[in-house]
Amino acid sequence: MNIWKRIAFLGFSLLPMTALAASEGLHLESANIDVSNVQSLQRGAQLFNNYCLSCHSAKFMRYSRMAEDLGLPEDLVRNNLMFAGDKIGETMTVAMPAQDAAVWFGKAPPDLTLTARQRGPDWVYTYLKSFYLDPAKPTGVNNLVFKDVGMPHVLWELQGWQALKSADGHAAPAEHGTDGAHDAGAESPFEQVTPGRLTPEEYDRSVRDLVAYMSYVAEPIQLKRTRVGIWVLLFLAVFGVFAYLLKKEYWKDVH
Amino acid sequence: MRSVMSNARELMLWGLDWVDSRFPLTKMWKEQASEYYAPKNFNFWYFFGSLALVVLVNQLLTGIWLTMNYKPSAQDAFASVEYIMRDVDWGWLIRYMHSTGASMFFVVVYLHMFRGLLYGSYRKPRELVWIFGVLIFLVLMGEAFMGYLLPWGQMSYWGAQVIISLFGAVPVVGEALSQLIRGDFVVSDATLNRFFALHVIAMPLVLLGLVMAHLMALHEVGSNNPDGIEIHDNEDENGIPLDGIAMHPYYTIKDIFGVVIFLAVAAVIIFFAPEFGGYFLEHANFQPADSLQTPVHIAPVWYFTPFYAILRAIPDKLGGVIGMGGAVMILALLPWLDRSNVRSIRYKGPVYKIALTLFVISFLGLGYLGMNPPSPTYTLIARVLSVIYFLFFLAMPIYSRLDSTKPVPDRLT
Amino acid sequence: MSNDGGVDTSRRRFLTVATAAVGGVGAVFGAYPFLAAMQPSARAEAAGAPVEVDISKLEPGARLTVEWRGKPVWVVRRTPEMLSKLTGLGSELRDPNSDQDQQPSYAKNAHRSIKPEFLVLVGICTHLGCSPTYRPEPGASDLGSNWPGGFFCPCHGSRFDMAGRVFAGVPAPLNMAVPPYRFVGDTRVVIGDDKGAA
Repeated sequence: MNIWKRIAFLGFSLLPMTALAASEGLHLESANIDVSNVQSLQRGAQLFNNYCLSCHSAKFMRYSRMAEDLGLPEDLVRNNLMFAGDKIGETMTVAMPAQDAAVWFGKAPPDLTLTARQRGPDWVYTYLKSFYLDPAKPTGVNNLVFKDVGMPHVLWELQGWQALKSADGHAAPAEHGTDGAHDAGAESPFEQVTPGRLTPEEYDRSVRDLVAYMSYVAEPIQLKRTRVGIWVLLFLAVFGVFAYLLKKEYWKDVH
Repeated sequence: MRSVMSNARELMLWGLDWVDSRFPLTKMWKEQASEYYAPKNFNFWYFFGSLALVVLVNQLLTGIWLTMNYKPSAQDAFASVEYIMRDVDWGWLIRYMHSTGASMFFVVVYLHMFRGLLYGSYRKPRELVWIFGVLIFLVLMGEAFMGYLLPWGQMSYWGAQVIISLFGAVPVVGEALSQLIRGDFVVSDATLNRFFALHVIAMPLVLLGLVMAHLMALHEVGSNNPDGIEIHDNEDENGIPLDGIAMHPYYTIKDIFGVVIFLAVAAVIIFFAPEFGGYFLEHANFQPADSLQTPVHIAPVWYFTPFYAILRAIPDKLGGVIGMGGAVMILALLPWLDRSNVRSIRYKGPVYKIALTLFVISFLGLGYLGMNPPSPTYTLIARVLSVIYFLFFLAMPIYSRLDSTKPVPDRLT
Repeated sequence: MSNDGGVDTSRRRFLTVATAAVGGVGAVFGAYPFLAAMQPSARAEAAGAPVEVDISKLEPGARLTVEWRGKPVWVVRRTPEMLSKLTGLGSELRDPNSDQDQQPSYAKNAHRSIKPEFLVLVGICTHLGCSPTYRPEPGASDLGSNWPGGFFCPCHGSRFDMAGRVFAGVPAPLNMAVPPYRFVGDTRVVIGDDKGAA
């Protein structure tokens, strides 16, 4: 292949790197989720079902599928992770009517089945870590990743409350009291105002579990498809060897 | 045992005879395969025709299977796709094969067309092969565009909204035309349902007909080759080209290997990265269509972006539409724009090599620009690249004549 | 090694056959997902989930109907008279001993049920799929004085006894099907699930 074609080919093959082009200029933290870690998914399932399912639905996800994929016995799921009256084969719908939710929160809480796939795990991870006190909002909080979001800081028990660092580096005074200002990290735009039940590291791990679970919910088959793919590639390798030898043999005729 | 085998063999031969006296089966097999002589020097660039056929079959099969569970209404479409992904056994695989196949179709077709530019496959007497090919490309773009509406995600909806409204740029009849296409005043359930009918039935039928015409036109004059010379100019006493080999078994077997490599690439994507970084399955499309909220950044799927960039580079709405359409249609003129004495790049001079390189750079560059939001710098570059793109074609009658050529051999190298 | 003007035909044959064989295996594996996708989906399975029925209020001689997997399923509370009539019918029935596989093993008995008192049947005629009527009264005028009580299909005249067994001489070829089921206590029946007891 001559030099011109090589250049063209190289250029074309570099095209996928445009995916690395930064989008909205928002710095997202790496979620570092591991969807193959079943324990992480199980912890995430518990968090999701306890904290998120009361307002948000995950209407494309079946309880029975989640039970099977996460290795949870159906009775355990029925007793701990489902609302009374739901059947194990049903999908994770929520009782809150959309119109009421729109009135209470300004917008109906969106369905979360595909959020991790639409926004990406890093976005969800950073979002759940970016609530800060904002007395101007009806919920008392705002979010650096999603400005003026209608969602309250549902995980406040776990994370506690944080405030935006003002220009001089000190937290703005908050109604919840400044109980031992804890710096959330040298580069963090936040300052801890009230501690939660978890340390910041524990909270990060919990959010990671939750995001891993949401990533699983967005595409349950991902646990299985790579395994199938390996078999397919192995088969193609074997078949390819035969196909190549066959080609070589017949093409001995051609000079 | 031997007599059983020979009886079976006799039975099969009798059966074949029975068919052949009523249907040109063996005749067709000989004419199109076992006694169709193709140049013996086909290289890498000659795999993509058969690969295009493979992808076509894949899209048809996986498409039919998807229609078994897909619901073409605004109400149910998005949910039905998730149903296929989760509840239908192996539905996820069929879906990924279809979405990956759609993108791979364009990868294969672009490389297939590029082969034509390299070796002058569009030159006389193959003008009609080329023109059928351009028509296939056009229909394929329409098919892909309509297929993309079907998942009814945010990008589906708003992409369709933008592209259909382009038709509004046509003077006098524009608005009426847009409405006719949509079946409504905005993209809606009516649009979805009719795009479904066109995507599943109408376009595939037209595509199949055009592919058959494309192959018939090719077999009528015989294939070109990397040296751009006619193998039928040198035949033996039986009329068999000296530099020709029977398509079957030589190219059928070689193409099988090509298919295996292609399937391996496709399998890596399907099983390990079906979204392909958000290019094959776009992230915004995992959100159901919302007619009240436009995504921050609307862009067509990657394979349309070069033409979209040309559209955006032209500051006038109608001008942009004409530019975009012209960029595709101008391909059809190639047989008459190329005035060189030689077909293949191997025997052309540096002018053509530079021109083709610039063309590739402009196509890829426009593609990149089309994916990104516009900016003053980007728009300027897009305009420059658009000019280069069109100059490749429009200046060709001049530079192809001025270019130096090397002596063309009599026999294949 | 057989030679044909320099062509090793046996090697060619071997490679062709081997490649075709491996390819054939691949084709079968490739076809499998398409066929599997046509099977009932997870949603159909969920919708086809077992149905629990409360039979505490079912009167003797009465029948109730529930839907399971889109089909009508009957629970009939048989009276002692109905049960006594089952034994004498042998010669009139096509399959009096339920030899054909139309019921789980626990229903392969004289009364075709777990408990003699309660009959559970899929209420679909084994001829062409209509749903028979319930005709428990013996000697009904339109069915003849010999009619012991049972089920009558109005579409083509097939008849079944009070255990769902098909009479000889009618279009239907098989006894009516007994679905998998189990009792939960004395007052509830779960249709569609027998916890593997079959």
